[in-house]
Amino acid sequence: MTDRSEIGQALGRLLGPAEPEVGCDVCFDELDRYVELELAGRDVDAEIPGLRAHLAGCPACREEHDSLYALLSA
Amino acid sequence: MSILEVGTVKAVEPAVPLVAAPPPPPFDLESHEWLRTLRADGATRDAAIARLHTLLLGAARFEISRRRHTMRHLRGNELEDIAAEAAADATLSVLRRLDDFRGASRFTTWAYKFALLEAAVKLRKRAWQGREVPLEPDDWDIFSSTALGPDAASEQRELLAAVQTAVAEALTPHQRSVLVALAVNGVPIDVLAERLSTNRGALYKTLHDARRKLRAHLVERGFALADRLEAE
Repeated sequence: MTDRSEIGQALGRLLGPAEPEVGCDVCFDELDRYVELELAGRDVDAEIPGLRAHLAGCPACREEHDSLYALLSA
Repeated sequence: MSILEVGTVKAVEPAVPLVAAPPPPPFDLESHEWLRTLRADGATRDAAIARLHTLLLGAARFEISRRRHTMRHLRGNELEDIAAEAAADATLSVLRRLDDFRGASRFTTWAYKFALLEAAVKLRKRAWQGREVPLEPDDWDIFSSTALGPDAASEQRELLAAVQTAVAEALTPHQRSVLVALAVNGVPIDVLAERLSTNRGALYKTLHDARRKLRAHLVERGFALADRLEAE
């Protein structure tokens, strides 16, 4: 059974983030700094604009972000 | 092959105006020591490379451990082989790109991401090994609903029709294939990049352009998208 939330997520995957975003290569270049800033509680959106939006739109980069975050948090 | 080996894409359009990078901070002592020993000669360098490899093997194993539940068909020694390959490839990538390290993070954080990338890419490719990559929509059913009320269901049908029309009419054949494979059928971007002989950055650019066209098409037809989308 599909509910409104699932439909919203499916549309989100199709349409991606609305705001400007960096590409995969910039994401990879900045990922280490981004995660360290996150863990330090800094305003990552101000310091590395567009990366959060990219993580919302790119499942592969998001997985790698989540892994680095988890590894540094372990 | 990793995204690092197959070319670069600096930013997806519309490019985010990147804030001018601040001057790199002085390296912390540990990072400085990594760089010094990896750039040394002889036994010092060999020992540093061995230490780096051990570090990256640990990161690769960590990544595989996180994804193990999705790879139940693989035996432990196969997963360990993937970890070993990922660590070896990541070590080479780090050594090749040593001059790119700017000190914006700790050296170990910077190095870890190469191992996590290599392990993740290898696992995704392994999971799709021998599987056909669907480029046509076979899961539009996600948009149909029996759980919604009559008004919402009608609204949803209208939106679905508009989405399908936009996918069929507003996109180039290549954009359509990439969008459908990645965003509808859930093909991992690295897997699709390999099948299409391209790279992750170029594919994401195509996906981004397709999404932008879809959004514009739907907005032109009066659909308010903000309240319909949900981040995963």
